[in-house]
Parts: sequence; structure tokens; C-alpha cells
Amino acid sequence: MAVTSLPSKAALGAIAVALLALPYIGTPDFYLSYLYVVFFWVALATSWGILSGYAGYWSFGHAAFFGAGVYTAAGLSAKAGLPYLLTIPLAAAVSAALAAGIGLVVFRVKSLRGEFFALLTLSVTYVLAAIVSNTPIDGGGGINLGTVPLPTFGSSVPGAIYLLGLLLAGAALWISRRVLRSRLGAGLLAIHDDEDVAEVKGVPTLRFKLAAFAISAAIAGAAGAIQAAYVGYVTAGDTFAITVPLYVVLMSILGGARHWAGPAVGATLITVALSLFVGGNHAELGRAGVALAMIVVILVLPHGITPRLLRRLRRSEAAVKAARQGALVLAASRPAGVGAASHDDTPLLQCRDVAKRFGGLQALGGVSLDIRRGEILALVGPNGSGKSTLINMISGHFPLTAGSIALDGETISSLEPHEVARKGVARTYQIPRLFDHMTVLENVRLCATFGRAGDGLEADAAAQARHWLVFTGLADKADQLPGMLNLHERKFVEFARALAARPKLLLLDEVLCGLTPSEVDQAIDLIRRIRAGGTTIVFVEHVMRAVVALADRVAVLDQGRLLALGAPHETMQNPEVIGVYLGVAHAA
Amino acid sequence: MSLTLLAQSAVGGLLLGGIYGLLALGLSLSWGLLKLVNLSHFALAFLGAYLTYQLGTQFALPAWAAVLVIAPAFFVFGVALHAVFMRFEVTEFASMLVTFGVTVLIESLIQWVWSADYRRFETPYAQTSLRVGPLFVPVLELSAFACAALLAVAAWLCLHRTLLGRALRAAAHDGPIAAAFGINARRLSYGLAGLCSASAGVAGVFIALTSTLAPSQIEAWLGVVFAVVIIGGLANPLGALLAGMLIGLSESVTMAVVNPAWAPLVAFSILIALLVWKPKWL
Repeated sequence: MAVTSLPSKAALGAIAVALLALPYIGTPDFYLSYLYVVFFWVALATSWGILSGYAGYWSFGHAAFFGAGVYTAAGLSAKAGLPYLLTIPLAAAVSAALAAGIGLVVFRVKSLRGEFFALLTLSVTYVLAAIVSNTPIDGGGGINLGTVPLPTFGSSVPGAIYLLGLLLAGAALWISRRVLRSRLGAGLLAIHDDEDVAEVKGVPTLRFKLAAFAISAAIAGAAGAIQAAYVGYVTAGDTFAITVPLYVVLMSILGGARHWAGPAVGATLITVALSLFVGGNHAELGRAGVALAMIVVILVLPHGITPRLLRRLRRSEAAVKAARQGALVLAASRPAGVGAASHDDTPLLQCRDVAKRFGGLQALGGVSLDIRRGEILALVGPNGSGKSTLINMISGHFPLTAGSIALDGETISSLEPHEVARKGVARTYQIPRLFDHMTVLENVRLCATFGRAGDGLEADAAAQARHWLVFTGLADKADQLPGMLNLHERKFVEFARALAARPKLLLLDEVLCGLTPSEVDQAIDLIRRIRAGGTTIVFVEHVMRAVVALADRVAVLDQGRLLALGAPHETMQNPEVIGVYLGVAHAA
Repeated sequence: MSLTLLAQSAVGGLLLGGIYGLLALGLSLSWGLLKLVNLSHFALAFLGAYLTYQLGTQFALPAWAAVLVIAPAFFVFGVALHAVFMRFEVTEFASMLVTFGVTVLIESLIQWVWSADYRRFETPYAQTSLRVGPLFVPVLELSAFACAALLAVAAWLCLHRTLLGRALRAAAHDGPIAAAFGINARRLSYGLAGLCSASAGVAGVFIALTSTLAPSQIEAWLGVVFAVVIIGGLANPLGALLAGMLIGLSESVTMAVVNPAWAPLVAFSILIALLVWKPKWL
């Protein structure tokens, strides 16, 4: 990556020193103020990106957190007489607390994604504006900071505000980059693509969203505090105006919201473009121009300009990489990292009277089933018999109506899906649900990071991910996006993701469905090798050839009840089972 | 507080809810059936209101005649905007951003032509009221309400009792399957987009007749009407009307009982409460 190489680090340092020196070498206040405005928008847009860009929870309520910062700083410094500099961290704290509070309510409701989240955050802005202007916080007349002693380091007040803005913008960029490259960032990107799957793969989605929301709001709050000093007189109308979310969203989209530097690039471009208009009496024209630019950008460049620029830079690097790629080989060795089968006789998983009701529909009517350590158990039954429901209950996706599920003697049926995943349960999806904006390697690495033994060591996770890609024969697809793979390969990425979590129990939901006979053979071989590594496997399947070839035991479900359980051949010849599959006449 | 005063504010709130419902109707249908969140609906309504004001003050055109001019023109605009959405295969979320941009464009246009000052469309019948017992029912608000109710019922009947409406709902539910059964979703969607846009124009005429106009008012309506749309349930015309009446009523009772300045809080508090409580119809 260009930014981390040594010469660019030196250049970055030089720019930082030059910017810090500006107020001390007699730069006119006009230029300092101009640059401050750029920094202000860089900080604000970057902070927005931490939740909305990474996790895809687009907030139209950034004005609320910005405004909370403005009024915290203005109120505490002008009315309560606190030293101004102290109010900046306080403003950040107030905004973060506000975001955490809103998040605790909003993020628990699953339907509040996408547009609903955007509109709800917009509503919060109106509510906050109403509260601020109707209470003594503002009192309807605004707050004047004229009497507040503002700091004068950097040789003057504008110099001090410039430096504060510079520091905040730098901090925002640093935080955003750190977040993106941490577990938190990986989790947020996964939430963006498919939140349910992220949760099942072990990402604590609620906690991550709250953290991102609070960090994002804290930076916005600090930006508000500095802006309060910059404008000197704050009013509810200006503070909670729709321009803040409008500009922030546009800047991020223009620059590219999924890259840490994207919002900053967009913010710089738009601020400079706007300043060209605002010079005269053309403020409306400037706003209209920004709006028009926003429309065009969304229609033509939905991913922003930064990713496109970076792709151009990377193309040369990719060519080098391709030269040293190995050919497609299935690893013959036993996979490392999966614990050997223990000879303990206690069942690995115990389902006791597991029942599930969807409204009036009884999907599972009390299934009791023990899964032994190291076995392959096939779960078969006609459509609607409750096979996938059982898989969903074990992985924690649905809460149980009655009964209990225990893994290694420990009840897991009341846990969140990500906690179940960390206990050592992994699953695949019948129709592969990959994270579409991540490469194959990133998909697998995420699951290695958040799986059972995931300890957050990025280097280790990457090595693990590479290992599982070799194991599933996908090594040469590592840097491709899932959209470029065929169904067979996508199913194998599902395998690699599940294996990377190093599960004790692997749940496979119709992995063979839709594959050609030779691909089925390959998959059967793969499942055998997975079991050889000591993983216990439950698989839902309609392909009887595979059931007979693989399963130690077969469990037959019918209308939500366990009909038969035993060795494959006997079970499949049980008259009741034949009756269920082919009708009673055949069974007789 | 006297009971009469309370009843009077309830009447006012219910009638105001009619305009909320009228605005929410087009928004709800476009969001629910076309999967397009049209934020510019409000800006369009205000553009309609300003045009009504202009036609009325400059050419002395009565409001009912303004409807005949504005509704067809807005229908064309809606179709054109929809053509852009279709051309670029805009997603539900991107549609919101694009129309956010369109809103600002229209707002700038209004500010440029009519300035940011407040405008008031004076009509001879503005102060006319019916007297029902001790209560006054303003004629203009009543006719806005009647129009909203008429359109909501018509839209509901159209969606649930005609082949065309069922086709629209089927296409919204599962486009490819509906297409496989021979439904030309494209043509239907253009028609619906045009009608939604025209309904914004009609709402605009009533806004011109009943309220004071300023470009900044666009944003004031945006939040409340979206709350109405969500509470009423997407693509549910009658729900939008009822939710409009609920919000209008609670706002105006709050104004009378507590303090006018707290009214904006009411709609959003109801919305947030409902979203968190999650009743089935949401």
C-alpha cells in the first residue's frame, strides 16, 4: 500500500510539520480560516464514514451529534464559564453518549436498516433541535461566545482554531484508518455486506455498531465544539440545518465511503469547489451546484473516486503477485488447527425437545437428538420437515420456542449467534452468502479472526485463511471478489469460511445442491478430509448418493419430528421413511 | 382550558392531518411499490404551492384551475425523473440520495425566483368557516381533507380491486415473477411515478391555500410526513391518511395543551416509540 511505504511516510511527516508551522510563520488569518474550514469538513466527513461508510448504516443525523457538540461547548464555556479547551473533550463525550443511547434503542430492531435508519437519525436531529431551542440550553436566541476567552496558541485566535482543526482532522483520519484495519473494521465491513452472516460468523454486531456509532459521534462532537468557537455565535437553526448531513454524505460518496481516506478526499474537493461560489452573492448557486454534483456522482460513480484511483495504482502490484501464485492443488495433508477427535463418549451436541413455532406454524415439534464426537450425521427429510430450521436453531439464528441445545454439556440455546460461533459451531448456507465487497481471502480471514480460536492476530488469521483456501483448492482465487466465482467455487468458499473458524461442529446446509456429478465427488472428498481432521459434521442433504457415501448415521425428519435415526442403509429402508419419501403404496 | 377549545384544536389537527395524509400518499406508494424513496416529494409540493401562488396573484387564476395546470405538468416531471432512475438502475438507497439532491436543487430554484421571504396567497374564501355547534370548521382545510380522503380511498380501491392495482402490487412484491406472468412492470411504474408526482402538485395547491410559504418550510414538513408514511405502513393509502390524522391530532392538541414550540417533538416521539415497539403492520 502506497501510504505505508517509507518515502511516503517521510512526505506525510513533512506535510504535517509544514501545516503545523503555518500559524507561526505569519500566515494571514484569512488563509488559516480557509484551511480550517477544509479541516472541519474533513473531520466531520471522516467521522461519518466510521459508522455509515464502513458498516453501511447511513445516518442522516450527523447534525445531531455535531450540534450536541456545538451546544455542549457553547453552553459550558459561555454560560457555565468552563475553560474552552476543556469543553472539547466534554463535547465529544456528550455526543458519544447520545449516539450510544440512540444506538442501544435503534440497533436492536432488525428492520431498522437502510432507509429506516437514515430517516430515524434525521428525526433525532429534529427532536434535538426542538429540545435545544425550547429549553434554557439555547432559549431560542442562540448563544454568544463573544465573552469566552479563547486560546491564542499559534500566535492568534484564528491560529489556535486552525491548529485545533488540523489536529482533529489528523486524529479523525488516524482513528478511521486504525478502525478500518482492526477487528472492528473487518467486522463493520462484514456487517455492511450481510449482517446476519457476520453475526453467525462470530462478529458481535451490536457491540461493533455501538462502538462505531460512538466513535463517529465523538469526533463529530469535538468538531462541533471547535466550530462553536469558530462561528462565535451559535443558533439552533444554523446548527441543526440539513446542510451538515447533506454535505457530509455527498463528500463521503464522492470520495468513496468504504475507504478511510475517501471522505477526506471528497471533503477537500467540495469545500474548495464551494468556496469558489461563496465569494460573491451566489450561496444558493453553490448549494445547487453541490446538489447537482451529488446527483451525478451517485448515478455515475456509486463507489466514489478514491477506490477507482487506488485500483489504478494497484494494478501494477497485482501483476507481480500473479507471477508467484501457485496452481490449483487440493492439499493432501491433514489440516492443521483442527483438534483431533477425542474418544470421549459424551455427545458433542445434545438437542432436547427442541421446538419452534412461527406464528401458527409448528416448524419443529420437539426434536431430541444427540450428535456424537467425530461423526458425520446426515439430516434428511422432505421439504418443510424442519431440517434447515434445526440448523438455524443450533447456530443461534432463531430463538427456541421450547427445549434446549447444549454443546459439550454447556447450554448454547440462549446465546447470541456470535457467541455460539465462538463456542465452536460453524455453518454454511445452501445458497452461498458471501461478503460481496470483500475478496475471497478477506472473506475467509474474517471468519478466522472471529471464529472459535480467533485471537485477533491479523498475521495469524491471514496465514490460516491462506491455508484453508489451499485446502479447498481456491488458492488462486484469493484476491477475487465473490461475484466473479461460479456456484461450485462459491460453495467451496463457504466451506473455507466455516473451516477457518476451526469449529468443533460444522453444519452444512445442502452444500451439494446444484453441483455437477464430478463437483459432488470433489465435495464428498472434501467433507471426508474435514472429518479426518477431527471435526464433527451435521449435513442436510437431498443427494442420497452422498448421504450413503458419507454418513455414519442418518436422522430423518418429517413434519418437525424425528422419524428415524440409525445407520444409513437400515434407516433408508425403514418402511416409514420410504412412506414419507415415496408415498405409502411404495412402502407396503 | 375549556372543552370547546380542546375540541376546536382537535378539529384543526384532524384537518391538518388530511394534508399530511395527502403528502404521505404519493410518498408511501412510491416507496412501497416502486422501491424509490422520493425525498423531493416535499420540494415538489412546495414548488406546486409557489406556482399556485404565482398563477393566482399574477394571472388571477383560481386554485381549482391551478390544479389543472400543475397536476399534468408534475405528472410529466415525475415520469422524467423516473426515466432517470430506470436508466441508471438506481437502488432504493441511492434514490433517496438523488432525490435529496433534487430537493436542494428545487429549493435553490424557489429561493432564486421567489426569494427566502415569507409569501402568503390571499384568497377571498381563506377565512370562511362552517359552524358546527360551538366549533368552526374552516372550508379550505375541510376541502383539503376531503380531497386527501377521496384520493386515499380511490388509491386503495385501485390497488386492491382492479387488475391494474393487483399487477402493481405483484410487481412490487416480486418483479421477475410478475414479469413472467406477463405484467409490464416498466410501463406501470412510469404511470405510478407520474401520479405520485402529480399528487404532490395537488398537495401543493392546498399548501398554498392554507399556509404561509417559505423555502425553509420544505424541511419542516419532511420529517413529519416521513413519520406519517412509516406509521401508516408502506404502500397503504388508507394507513397514510389515518396516520396523518393521528399525527395532526396529537400535534395540535400538544400545541393547545402544552406549548406550540413542542409540537415538532410529538410526531417523532410517536414514530420512535412505534419503531421500537414494532407493531405488526410496520
